Amino acid sequence: MAFLEVKNISIQFGGLTAVGGLDFKVEEGQVVSIIGPNGAGKTTIFNILTGIYQPQEGEIYFQGERIDGIAPQKIVMAGIARTFQNIRLFPDMRVIENVLVGTHIQTKYKLLDGFLRTRRFRKEESEKIQFAVKLLKEVGLSGRINDYADNLPYGEQRKLEIARAIATGAKLLLLDEPAAGMNPKESEELRQFILQLKKQGYTILLIEHDMNVVMNLSDYIYVVDYGKKIAEGLPQEIQGNKQVAAAYLGESEVEL
Amino acid sequence: MEHITDKFNVEALVYKYRYPLGAGFLLLLLALPYLGLSQYVMRIIIMIGIYTMLALGLNILTGYTGLVSLGHSGFFAIGAYVTAILMLKLQFNFITSVLAAILITGICGFLLGLPTLRLTGTYLSIVTLGFAEIVKMIIMNWEPVTNGTLGLRNIPRPTFLGFSLTLANNGMYYLMLLLLLIITAFCITIQKSKLGRALHAIKENELAASMMGIYTARYKILAFILSAVITGLAGGYYATLVSYIDHNSFTFDVSVLILSIVILGGMGTIRGMYFGAVILIVFPEIARPLMEWRFVVYGLVLIFMMRFRPQGILGWRSALPFQIPAEKEAGQKRSGKHGISRG
Ligand SMILES: Nc1ncnc2c1ncn2[C@@H]1O[C@H](COP(=O)(O)OP(=O)(O)O)[C@@H](O)[C@H]1O
Ligand SMILES: [Mg+2]
Repeated sequence: MAFLEVKNISIQFGGLTAVGGLDFKVEEGQVVSIIGPNGAGKTTIFNILTGIYQPQEGEIYFQGERIDGIAPQKIVMAGIARTFQNIRLFPDMRVIENVLVGTHIQTKYKLLDGFLRTRRFRKEESEKIQFAVKLLKEVGLSGRINDYADNLPYGEQRKLEIARAIATGAKLLLLDEPAAGMNPKESEELRQFILQLKKQGYTILLIEHDMNVVMNLSDYIYVVDYGKKIAEGLPQEIQGNKQVAAAYLGESEVEL
Repeated sequence: MEHITDKFNVEALVYKYRYPLGAGFLLLLLALPYLGLSQYVMRIIIMIGIYTMLALGLNILTGYTGLVSLGHSGFFAIGAYVTAILMLKLQFNFITSVLAAILITGICGFLLGLPTLRLTGTYLSIVTLGFAEIVKMIIMNWEPVTNGTLGLRNIPRPTFLGFSLTLANNGMYYLMLLLLLIITAFCITIQKSKLGRALHAIKENELAASMMGIYTARYKILAFILSAVITGLAGGYYATLVSYIDHNSFTFDVSVLILSIVILGGMGTIRGMYFGAVILIVFPEIARPLMEWRFVVYGLVLIFMMRFRPQGILGWRSALPFQIPAEKEAGQKRSGKHGISRG
């Protein structure tokens, strides 16, 4: 069984089928992309994978364990973390604190440890802070540690969201349009960064409109429209697919 | 970086000399009864202490977690009544009574937390307000236990080893100080730990918090419990201080006053609770002629603050760098099983 296996999931919102009978899988260590026009149901797939919505039909397996229908928190603990299309940082917290919140499930001490300032508390806090500093350095935010999240420019906010997802200890990262709003230079940096994550063993499921990022990064691509899979394949296969081009007609910002 | 302003220097200075300043402040608090202040002034100072505790309690819910309660007079009342009833009717000592009061207010905090999980904003505030009214109703009508509208008289003072704490021997002052310090230390601990970060994350973005693996519902209930417990503790102390309580000791004005302190001082801060309590307890004393208008003034203060300085008077974002412990203290083991930093 694949690392992530999604079988025949469906969800409807009052008559509207946002996702209908969708199958796909992600192998460990791969970058897999989901593309499709706006309103196709991509974000809804992430919301189902992370337990925000329960699929009305279908099954989801992560590392062989069934994860549909379990609490979002348990899904994070199982090793899936995400970013949001419309950035959801903790704006009134510092950059480093955002990452520290990410380490929440990795932090085991109890409130009493904090009150008594036990060794365990001091050691674990210190470890997590060092970890956050290091992680922020790696994503290129070391100069921003002390800033408040809402003072960061857009591109850096996206990076911070990825760092925060990594901090949970997840092995599978779901990135929802990470390049949205980035200029070409930033999106190229992002592509390099995702590549680096892949090299480090992360598995990535990517929703993205930036075709430079998608085509140069993906091991495999799924194309969805109206909540259904309309094509799948390697990047070069998708690039030449007529049906895919048709689905995107009218969406002038996307060039296949 | 707009936050690097002149206050940075003040903040940096305070931080640099935090140990001598803290020690000096503590020494001042310890020496206060020997500075020749009148009984009247000492009483006001004790009231400031009580309201600082109450504000610190509400701060956990409203400041850290973003849940606005208009019903904290209810927890205050429960803490006071449980303590008073146990001391009067069952001759329990102060410590046992207060511990029982903490337990019961904690349970009430839990119970109030449950239905409010689905509510936010105004609806939540209305439910908490209703809770305080119900508590008042119970106090007024459960005569065999609460003595109804007549209230409870002659609540004894705490005694330790046969030594009775009074206002005259400053025992009550030092007890207040002890409780205040414990509560303050507790709040600092919450702020500087994963609990404080989790509560803050919930306030900032609940969905993102749950995507970090934070059980937001449990943490909100925990915030209710901790907040209630601190408020109940303050109530227990209050009962033995004033030695007479009735339903009028715990009106809506009390809830509003506590909330005003939190907002005025600076939600989520500890310094702000001290500052806010000093201002809002001293103000009516020095402006005695205004007494009947106190409520109006609080309302105006609240509206004014919400409009022009929603973060509160002392509610600025710190411009000091985040404290990063020295590397060696971290030990060799790396955190975050799968962190990118592994590579
Ligand atoms: N909570 C919801 N309630 C009602 N409709 C929703 C909800 N979430 C998504 N939808 C609808 O489902 C469809 C797919 O949305 P979405 O997954 O956000 O698309 P994409 O991310 O591909 O742009 C849209 O028509 C959207 O309006
Ligand atoms: Mg979307």
